[in-house]
Amino acid sequence: MKLLKTLSLSIAALAIASTVSSADTLDTTIKNGKLSCGLNTGLPGFAAPDSDGVWKGIDVDVCRAVAAAVLGDATKVKYAHLNAKERFTALQSGEIDVLARNTTWTATRDTSLGLNFTGVNYYDGQGFLVSKKLGVKSAKELDGATFCIQAGTTTELNLTDYFKSHNMKYTPITYDTSAQTIQGFEEGRCDALTSDSSQLYALRTQLKNPSSAIVLPEIISKEPLGPVVRQGDDKWFNIVKWTEIAMLNAEDLGVNSKNVDEMLKSTNPNIQRLLGVTGDIGKNLGLDPKWAYNIIKQVGNYGESFERNVGQGSPLKIERGLNALWKNGGLQYGAPIR
Amino acid sequence: MKEHKKTVKGVAFYNNPKIRAIIYQILALAAIFLFTYYVLHNMFINIEKRGINTGFDFLGNEAGFGIISTLIPYTESDTYGRVFIIGILNTLLVSGIGIFFSTIIGLLVGIGRLSKNFMISKLCLVYVETFRNIPILLQILFWYNVVLAALPGPRQSMSYMDAFFLNNRGLYIPRPILESGFMSVIIAFLIAIAAVVYLAKWAKKKHDETGEEFPVFWTSLVILIASPVLVYFVSGSPATLEYAQLKGFNFVGGWTFTPELLALSFALSIYPATYIAEAVRAGIEAVPKGQKEAANSLGLKNHIILRKVVLPQALRVIIPPVINQYLNLMKNSSLATAIGYPELVTLFAGTALNQVGQAIEIILMTMAVYLTISILISIVMNFINAKIQIKER
Repeated sequence: MKLLKTLSLSIAALAIASTVSSADTLDTTIKNGKLSCGLNTGLPGFAAPDSDGVWKGIDVDVCRAVAAAVLGDATKVKYAHLNAKERFTALQSGEIDVLARNTTWTATRDTSLGLNFTGVNYYDGQGFLVSKKLGVKSAKELDGATFCIQAGTTTELNLTDYFKSHNMKYTPITYDTSAQTIQGFEEGRCDALTSDSSQLYALRTQLKNPSSAIVLPEIISKEPLGPVVRQGDDKWFNIVKWTEIAMLNAEDLGVNSKNVDEMLKSTNPNIQRLLGVTGDIGKNLGLDPKWAYNIIKQVGNYGESFERNVGQGSPLKIERGLNALWKNGGLQYGAPIR
Repeated sequence: MKEHKKTVKGVAFYNNPKIRAIIYQILALAAIFLFTYYVLHNMFINIEKRGINTGFDFLGNEAGFGIISTLIPYTESDTYGRVFIIGILNTLLVSGIGIFFSTIIGLLVGIGRLSKNFMISKLCLVYVETFRNIPILLQILFWYNVVLAALPGPRQSMSYMDAFFLNNRGLYIPRPILESGFMSVIIAFLIAIAAVVYLAKWAKKKHDETGEEFPVFWTSLVILIASPVLVYFVSGSPATLEYAQLKGFNFVGGWTFTPELLALSFALSIYPATYIAEAVRAGIEAVPKGQKEAANSLGLKNHIILRKVVLPQALRVIIPPVINQYLNLMKNSSLATAIGYPELVTLFAGTALNQVGQAIEIILMTMAVYLTISILISIVMNFINAKIQIKER
């Protein structure tokens, strides 16, 4: 029995000793030479393959920008396409290092899942898409309607709140992916589709006849969407957080992917600090001094990314609205780089 | 060179083969336990380190999302615990429907394949080969989309006698609303069951004694239907029907079978039925030819040979593979997640998991449910199997 005792003791000791050290995401990413980034399974404007099969979107740009900052190359990303149900587990378990998947920043998610939201790359709100045939002009006329929803989203909870507070009833059909949701809507399984309003515009473009459906004017919730990282790795949290801030400041300062090389010669001290000509922000982040230069050169500033993916340069043609810079009446405000 | 000793006297205890075998087994068991402990311990430390909530407290929290079809009352302010129960009930419902219909279809098709009628046997063959070779997920999606595409919207729904409605939101049938006097009908039904049991015993005894056949089946059917119906009218029709009515966007009232439930039940009946049919065919073919010939020479009719000679023997071969099909069917019901039918995986391991984020607890609970149901199905079916085995005295 002595043998058994020794064995059990040594295994117990092993168990205590080898409690996983908090993994250094930056080091592993550099070692792997690739950033593993979680995306939607396909949502135009946020993450969807173009005609050449290349994934594009405002969320894809988050992945690319982080890769540019960390590895100096925006193409060094390994994408994982996750549905709403899989996304948090994938991040918690370390399958991905950044989740950029139009995910709403809520208190529960930020505090109980072991995750940190690094900021907001799109201010959204929940709306309704209905078939024109119904003749509905306002969400208040939707009492008793059937809704197509994506399972496990904040959308589901907001809908309940909204109908409860207006003393109305609804029937939910919950699907796994947004593709199934729009198919259910198109086949008439439900009267209305509810989701973040940006998604509604995107999903509407996927209908056989996009003009057959309208987006109702009501916005029933706040949906700040942003990238998420694991808790407990502050270095990595800082990198993802400041990647987005750098893109915002670049737009603010008029630096874009086309003029960034000229801007290196700029005498504006803000631009000099942003592009790593002076100061040591890059060093403090544990990155190359040219980290922000790489982002802007390869991905562009926030405005460029917005216009290209969801704005006037895209089929979605969404107005900047809340997502305009602070000085243009929007909410996007990059903390100063100094 | 030493001589090989057979005796174990004087040999150290660890060289004694018997003791050695026991020690090895204890060591193996201990290693498994320690490994499990190590993995679980490590997991919980990691979870805690990452600031992820643990524990089962969430079951008491308000769920806050709607569910399309539930067997027990549910509102959005009910708890995750209730969502869990609803998930289990819905899983049991589709599995039960699937088991019921796949057994009937399987039995008929299995017998049909052995039919001497060329058409029937070939049709059954085509059925088996077609549906057995298409993945069940595809079948679920196919039925769902076919059902949805074929049916009109609520305002153009097909109706029958203004009581039954069919549209792309589901099949609506009237719902009986029971009043207080309905208890007497239930009692009448229970008495009828007792009478049928007695009748069956009496008929068997009479058959054993005199060899006379009594039409037990038809008599029982009449008793079972007639007596509750009679009591129902005598006691003054203590039930009314609630009809579905078009209100606003949709039909309200009555019983609804949603397209999700219909598509899933369809797929879960048709696909496993092919395997059950093959098991039935194998079982019947396993009955020695001589048995049928002997029964024939006694002048028994074909359907009596099938029912009293062939099937009882065939069942011994049929039941074990059918148990597996029932288990597969129950587990396959989790594919409902593809079409949004709210069974356990869709509802609890899907929606609830994502709202709460406590993957480990929820997945463990879900696995425990499937394990429990599987074991129960096995126990019941093995009990039946033991009952019909040849009893050697």
